[in-house]
Amino acid sequence: MEIKNASAGTLESGDILIQIGPSEQAGVQINLKSTVAYQFGEQIKKVISETLNDLGVTNVEVNATDKGALDCTIKARVTAAAVRATGKDVWA
Amino acid sequence: MQRLRRTMMFVPGNNPAMMQDAFIYGPDSIMLDLEDSVTMTEKDAARLLVHNALKTIDYGNTEMVVRVNPLNTPYGKKDVEAVVKAGVHVIRMPKTETADEIRELEAEIEKVETELGCVGRTQIMAAIESTLGVINAYQIATASKRMMGIALGAEDYCANLKAQRTPEGMELLQARQTIVVAARAAGIDALDTVYSNLNDMETFRKEVELIKTLGFDGKSIINPRQIEIVNEVFAPTEKAIEKAKTIIAAIKEAEKRGSGVIAVNGKMVDRPVVIRAQRTIDLAIASGILTQEELS
Repeated sequence: MEIKNASAGTLESGDILIQIGPSEQAGVQINLKSTVAYQFGEQIKKVISETLNDLGVTNVEVNATDKGALDCTIKARVTAAAVRATGKDVWA
Repeated sequence: MQRLRRTMMFVPGNNPAMMQDAFIYGPDSIMLDLEDSVTMTEKDAARLLVHNALKTIDYGNTEMVVRVNPLNTPYGKKDVEAVVKAGVHVIRMPKTETADEIRELEAEIEKVETELGCVGRTQIMAAIESTLGVINAYQIATASKRMMGIALGAEDYCANLKAQRTPEGMELLQARQTIVVAARAAGIDALDTVYSNLNDMETFRKEVELIKTLGFDGKSIINPRQIEIVNEVFAPTEKAIEKAKTIIAAIKEAEKRGSGVIAVNGKMVDRPVVIRAQRTIDLAIASGILTQEELS
């Protein structure tokens, strides 16, 4: 699957900015910046990696800047960024 | 108790913070918007955000509505798929002009519902925002069994009418009355347009009083600050509640005796009076003036 550089989300409170790009390394590399990293960092990374896994997206680098987003928002932003990066939509 | 729709609050579909907090303010319905409040470049992201929010956030008893993009845009059909799959209660069709547009939307909904095995779950409401839409209001209101309401969209309507919006709203009178009459004839709800000047609550209150007098069920709103005013205007008076309680008590008593006709204070009470009394009771309960226990 060809991956382009793409992003989704914003830096507004309650949101998360997800930037995706191709990676030389296998798997998913996540660099997370979050105001709540000490408390929810692992959970945020888990949602990002599970969402990409469900979409079959691998070998990517993800830069995530979190502003206190709920899991459903993280999932939506990661999906939007992945769809933009791959050109493969999730809707029929 | 019939669902009340005094306030239907618009929330932009690409704003996660507003989407997660909207129900705290207690609107009767929340309308997540994928149409005008979302830019072309963010339609895909907003659709995903709304889909995931509907699936995850606990909105309690709040009715969840999504305004989709028109079906003749590249976004409309995907919007319908995304929100039906997320279990939305109502899809709001913008800029509806004909009954065929509702039937086309129904077919799209049914396609997704068939795949999910839940045919008939999603309701439809239509926003009428043009002179042609007003002319066709009754046909639109009766285009599908899924129709739960029709709403006026005044900005586009006024542009189409070549009229200016005024605080008194004379330019909207015919459209408002046509929409209420069409909704009532079809047995569905009528919702009024938004009032967008948040700095003028006095005119807003007058507008809510007007649309209540005209027979509307409620109003589309754009800010939580407007909820309290709408609820106050729609709250029944103490005198009306007492009268309604007497009527409901009398009809219950008559039912026990097996009689359909009752008299209250020497006046015959028939079905329309009972329906109005029940609505007064529903509004009183929703407004927190009356409790279910006080009734029994």
